[in-house]
Amino acid sequence: MRRLLFILPVSALIILGAIFFMLLADKTRDPGAVPSPLVGKPVPAFSLPRLDGNGSVTEADLKGAVTVFNVFASWCLPCRVEHPVLMRMAADKRLRIVGLNYKDKPEDAKKWLAELGNPFAVVASDRQGRAAIDFGVYGVPETFIIDARGIIRHKHVGPIHASEYPDRIAPVIERLLREGGGK
Amino acid sequence: MIAETGHFALILAALIAAFQCVLPLAGAARGDQRLMDSGRTAAVAQFLFITVAFFSLMHAYVVSDFSVANVVQNSHSAKPMLYKIAGVWGNHEGSMVLWVLILALFGAAIAVFGRNLPHELRARVLAVQGMIGLAFLLFILATSNPFLRVDPAPMDGRGLNPILQDPGLAFHPPFLYLGYVGFSVAFAFAVAALIEGRVDAAWARWVRPWTLAAWCALTLGIALGSWWAYYELGWGGFWFWDPVENASFMPWLAGTALLHSAIVVEKRDALKSWTILLAILTFILAMMGTFLVRSGVLTSVHTFATDPGRGLFILALLLIAAVGSLGLYAWRAPGLRTGGVFAPISREGGLVLNNLLLATATATVLLGTLYPLLLEALDAGKVSVGAPYYNLTFVPIMAPLIVAMGIGPMLAWKRGDLPGVLARLRIAAIVTGIVICGAILLNDGPLMAVLGVGLACWLFMGALSELAERIRLFRIPLRESLRRLAHLPPAAIGMTVAHVSMAVIVLGITASAAWQSERVLVMAPGDGVDLAGYRVTLDRVEKVPGPNYTAERAAMSVTRKGNVVTVLRPEKRAFVTPPQTTTEAAIHTTWLADIYAVIGDPVAPKAGEGGKAGWTVRLYHNPLVPWIWIGAVIMVVGGLISLADRRHRVGAPARKTRSAETPAAGAA
Repeated sequence: MRRLLFILPVSALIILGAIFFMLLADKTRDPGAVPSPLVGKPVPAFSLPRLDGNGSVTEADLKGAVTVFNVFASWCLPCRVEHPVLMRMAADKRLRIVGLNYKDKPEDAKKWLAELGNPFAVVASDRQGRAAIDFGVYGVPETFIIDARGIIRHKHVGPIHASEYPDRIAPVIERLLREGGGK
Repeated sequence: MIAETGHFALILAALIAAFQCVLPLAGAARGDQRLMDSGRTAAVAQFLFITVAFFSLMHAYVVSDFSVANVVQNSHSAKPMLYKIAGVWGNHEGSMVLWVLILALFGAAIAVFGRNLPHELRARVLAVQGMIGLAFLLFILATSNPFLRVDPAPMDGRGLNPILQDPGLAFHPPFLYLGYVGFSVAFAFAVAALIEGRVDAAWARWVRPWTLAAWCALTLGIALGSWWAYYELGWGGFWFWDPVENASFMPWLAGTALLHSAIVVEKRDALKSWTILLAILTFILAMMGTFLVRSGVLTSVHTFATDPGRGLFILALLLIAAVGSLGLYAWRAPGLRTGGVFAPISREGGLVLNNLLLATATATVLLGTLYPLLLEALDAGKVSVGAPYYNLTFVPIMAPLIVAMGIGPMLAWKRGDLPGVLARLRIAAIVTGIVICGAILLNDGPLMAVLGVGLACWLFMGALSELAERIRLFRIPLRESLRRLAHLPPAAIGMTVAHVSMAVIVLGITASAAWQSERVLVMAPGDGVDLAGYRVTLDRVEKVPGPNYTAERAAMSVTRKGNVVTVLRPEKRAFVTPPQTTTEAAIHTTWLADIYAVIGDPVAPKAGEGGKAGWTVRLYHNPLVPWIWIGAVIMVVGGLISLADRRHRVGAPARKTRSAETPAAGAA
């Protein structure tokens, strides 16, 4: 019995080590990820002018197909880092990519898209950042992945690095596409 | 060329460390004096080579050698010299080199100054030190080489994170590492004792000064870190229960317990296997801290660029060290002969209570730090554990500890006389009662504040009563008392000073938590606001150039009853490389309180909403907050006084001749 007591510390450490190993080995894990209360909820209602001035964008534009909803701004440097990844995603015709241009001058945003390429099917212009508040955005860029029913299924804070895409984003998209709702 | 020399020196140091793990151990097993002595030579040589490597890296920083990748990533030619030097350890690779440098320094110190240690024990301690050194050197060489070159070399570097460009932080890591790594000595002694199968009073006497020195350095390192957080982060607080703060705090708590339990081993030959376990756990906690910070398992302000490969490597090191040492413990510790018996109410009993409470406190912090990870591993979602958890769990453990701190030192060894001690503490109790009544009458904050003030007063009076008792103050002529005071052993004075410092810290924490005043508002030049009896007026905001940044500096005059007290100049600094802004809080201290001002972003007037233009300003009045750091410094002084005790330097009484299994009886 007394012997067991002396074995306790080493056993506890081994279990702890195993847990650490599990966490480290999990490549899809993002230690900085803050669970968004919106994950699993329908997209909040909003209505914003389109960046190109032709009418408006509403939550209905995020439903009906697997949608990548990306918050960006021309003044945001990390968005530039992320941009090529979005361009690559845009090449995937099963997806719809919608942009939310956050606290930006429309002419700057248009110039930015003209220069770097436009991955978005449609871009909503949120000059005051009101819609972004409903989406719980606390920095640009942020990306939401929304299923065909209009439910937010995943949130990515910060730029999606090319190296992160295969591990953190692609599996989510593939899962949603399998559930049905490619466009 | 110099960078390659450094790299080469590190490789040589690793090879030497490999010899150091094996030869002295074999020598001690066979009783071969020459093999045992090779450990000393190896320890000194390892230290010299790591020193060469460290200064090679420092040279690259000082001359801004941008062909070295590490310098490119963390330095910039326009950076002040102090931060070029501090930049050496302001990044992952360099800080690991500092880590092994300090480890090797301790190893060399044992080799050179450990003359009075039995040769077998010294050889085994050096072998264990060699193993730790080898592990970390391999880690550096395999995953974190600071000497990698870039070709072509860029024109300039990317700069050190501006938030780290601060004198407080320049010295924070070295002290922290002195503490962490210092506990490696206690660890090595514990493992060596387990190999020998013998722990006695002499062993405790050798371990104690090393532990004490490490503990002093760690105390100072933690204090510097929290001081930096207080004035640099601009949040008005000094401790945030961040995982990385906890990572340094856990070894401190465990180390404090170790300091006290080693006294019992030394004086009474009891608590041996517990002390060994504490020595092992303290260092493992320090290593776990390194793992948590460096692997990217947790996020925190301290996370350097993380790399899962590094994480796995440190995890492997941690597990080898932990499984090896604790496995050895499970195997050998049951065979350690228990020593002196004691009654529950006795000095030993008091120290056991101290250890139980400190161990519980350590476990509490450990649980809070790891809980989010455990939940995540069980797939039960993500949570974060913050201050409310610690307030709820940590404070109730500390309160009885502080009550006991007042009583414990008065108890006699073996069998204490509690009623007698309480009678001698009646003055302390009366004063505490009066102070608590006063606090209840004057307190306009939470009730916890009364408790905090009461505890601080009790501890302060208790420590002084103990000292008065020792020198028989007022019971024998004053001159005689003073003569006794002068002849007290430094260890006794060190204890009183350290316990008093704890009272000062408790008071500082209580007052700043309970009675802080805060104002957050938009101010335009000319606006004034009242803050805890002062009036703060924003005079102007101007742009000021700095060496590698430009600042917006505000001038805020602080007046009290119409008299100007001071002018506060908080700044917001915009750095170019890397592009980042930092806040520089302006602090005016009266030693009884701080007036603390931070300037934020300019606010544009909102059209039609009647909002005004100006700057967001945060102002705090933090009563007694400087006492926290004053207390920490006094605590370190207490530790140093105790360290000066002759007992630690004069050789411990000779142990009986080597006999692997029989414990030496009554060596003290």
